[in-house]
Order: sequence, then C-alpha cells, then structure tokens
Amino acid sequence: MKAFFASIAAAVFGATFLWNATDGLSALTTESARRIAVVRDNPYVPDVRLETMSGEMERLGVDRKRTVVAEFIYTSCPTICRTGGSYFARLRNQIVAEGLADQVRLISISFDPETDRRAELTQYGNIHDADGAIWTVARARATDLPRLLEAFGVVVISDGFGGFEHNTAMHIVSPDGRLRSVVDFDDVAGALREARKTLQ
Amino acid sequence: MMWRVTIAALIVFACIAFRHVLERDPVTHILVQLPLLILSGALLVPPNTVLAYSWSKGGYALLIIAVTGIAFWMLPRSIDSALSSDLVEVAKFVSLPLFIGVPLKLGWASAHPILRGFLKAEALSMLGVMAFLYTHAPVRICNSYLVSDQERLGYGFLIVIFFVSLLWVTPLFAPRNAFRNSSARTSSVPA
Repeated sequence: MKAFFASIAAAVFGATFLWNATDGLSALTTESARRIAVVRDNPYVPDVRLETMSGEMERLGVDRKRTVVAEFIYTSCPTICRTGGSYFARLRNQIVAEGLADQVRLISISFDPETDRRAELTQYGNIHDADGAIWTVARARATDLPRLLEAFGVVVISDGFGGFEHNTAMHIVSPDGRLRSVVDFDDVAGALREARKTLQ
Repeated sequence: MMWRVTIAALIVFACIAFRHVLERDPVTHILVQLPLLILSGALLVPPNTVLAYSWSKGGYALLIIAVTGIAFWMLPRSIDSALSSDLVEVAKFVSLPLFIGVPLKLGWASAHPILRGFLKAEALSMLGVMAFLYTHAPVRICNSYLVSDQERLGYGFLIVIFFVSLLWVTPLFAPRNAFRNSSARTSSVPA
C-alpha cells in the first residue's frame, strides 16, 4: 500500500514538474517557448538605431507611428533569408492591398553588419523589390547586436562555411515598442492578423 | 564501494572538464555525456542492492522518478537551456547521476520482469521516435545546433537502437537452461 502511494506521489510530482518545464506541454523547444513568452510578457524591444539601406538612422523602439514587422537576415544567406524575403514581399503586397501602408513598417534587420554595408543592403532590397517606403533593409550596429538578438530571442550560430544558421520568424512590434507576437517566417496571414491586432 | 565512488566521481569530473569539447557537437553531448552522467549515478549503487523499504517495493516510485528525469532531458529546450544558462548546466551534472542514475539502478533491481520488459520496449520505441524526429525535422529543433548536426544526431540514435536491441534480444535466443545453470552456479557457491 505504501508503495502504491509512493508511486502516486512520484507520478504527481513528475507530471507537475514536466508540465511546468514545457509550459503545459505546449512548448518542447526553445523556439516555441519563446513565442509563448512573447505573447504573455510583451517585452519592450531595445530602442536601438538601425542604419537603413538609404543611409538613414531608424529607431526600432518606442514612439513609432507604425507597427513594425521585423525579420532577421544576413544578405549573403543562400537559403532561408531568400525565402523569408519572398514571404516578406508577399506581406508587403497584402499591406498595400488592405490600405495599411501608412500603419505598418517592414524591416529586414541584418545581424552581420561587418559584411552587410549599405551596398549589400541595397542589393538585397533590389532583389526583393523592397523600395524603402514600406519595407526597408537595415543593419544593426555591432555593439547593439547582442541585446537586440537577446530581446528578440534570435540565436545565430556559425555554420563553419562563413555563413550562419539562425531561427527565422516574423516579429510584430507594436508602436509603443513592445514585442507582441512571433509567427513563422512563411505565415503571411498570421503576421497580418497580428499586426492588425496592434492597430486596434 | 570506495572504487565505485571514485570511478563515478572521475566520470563526472571528466564530463565537466571536457564539457566544451563534448557539448560542441550534439552527438557527443546527448549520446556520450548524458549517458556517462547517468552511468556515474548508477555506479554509486552497489550491484543487486534492493531497498527494503515498503514504499520502494516493486521499484515503481523510483522508476517513475528516473523516467521523469529522462523525459525532462529529452526535451530539446532543456538541452538549449543547459548551453545558455549556467544554472541549468549545473543542474544537469547533478540531476543526471542523482535523479536518473541512482533511482534507475535501485528501481530496476526490484522491478518485476514484466515491468522491465515494458520499460525496455518503451526505451527502444522512444529512441526510435528520437531518431526519426532528428533525421526528418525540417527546422532546427535545438537553437544551439546546426540542422546538419541534428541529422547526424538522428543517425546516432539509430545506431544506439541497433546495439541496445542487440544487447537485449540476444539473450532471448540462448537456451533456457543456460540461465538456469548460471543462476544455479552463483547460488551454489560454497560458503
């Protein structure tokens, strides 16, 4: 009988422990855990200045007029950043079609400022038809990078061939500078829905 | 007893000393370092130790604790956290020996053969799920490792399943009286 109760106690403890460790069985990976945390906490993003492809300094943090949808890239990326760029282009088209052009800002942020100078940013913008009006390509200063990536939960690791692997997603930042939601890099409808929520 | 504790301590020490090398690659992190830490805990328990407490009868409570620990360290986010947080990293070196190795060995000793068979089948199928997951996932499961690394990890799991199932299945083909003889031998050792 004691063995039975001890087993029940162990099972209850184990289940509670694993429930907490997985946010109620909803997040088994760091990526899903971060998305849940973003929706729950709406953390402020650091108020850094980004250098855009047109040479302007653009603030990312508070007091913006527009909601920002940001993605993290490096322009020499041969794979996922290109695909991500084409989804960003689709999102831009949707924003124009729905008349949200003056309310939503798209920024592709490079985390490789050493390689990505203005010329590279501009070229990346040209490839994806980002003209700077709604969608701009920018780079973060090297000194701002650690806290910027930390705040957005982006982990960048070297792939050993001069490139990087990184988690790619669309990050929705409301005009008050808070990170509201993170959606898959190809979830154009989701990004639009989450951006709309910040405008109400 | 003394030499068991010494070897266990040496293993843990080696896992800590070489952690940067071991943890750089998910294959050595998950398929070498973690099992070694569990092994070091198991070494602390002398062979054939059966706890005589009534709460530990059948080994159920102990095995549930061990399985909880294994489940936690199977989570990709736990592996990521160990790499990004010193606190979780320390917890890894403490919890794998003490909350998996020790209760697994103790619980196993008093577990019914059917329960052992069930756990073995579960272990093999879980390893299979891991192998499939890591070889087929289109996205990075651990933020800390490359996709190509996690694929190698998947094949690593496959190799582990092969050898573990070989280890567990081979005895089933041995003639039955071979076991009877060997157990008779050990129990009939003259005093």
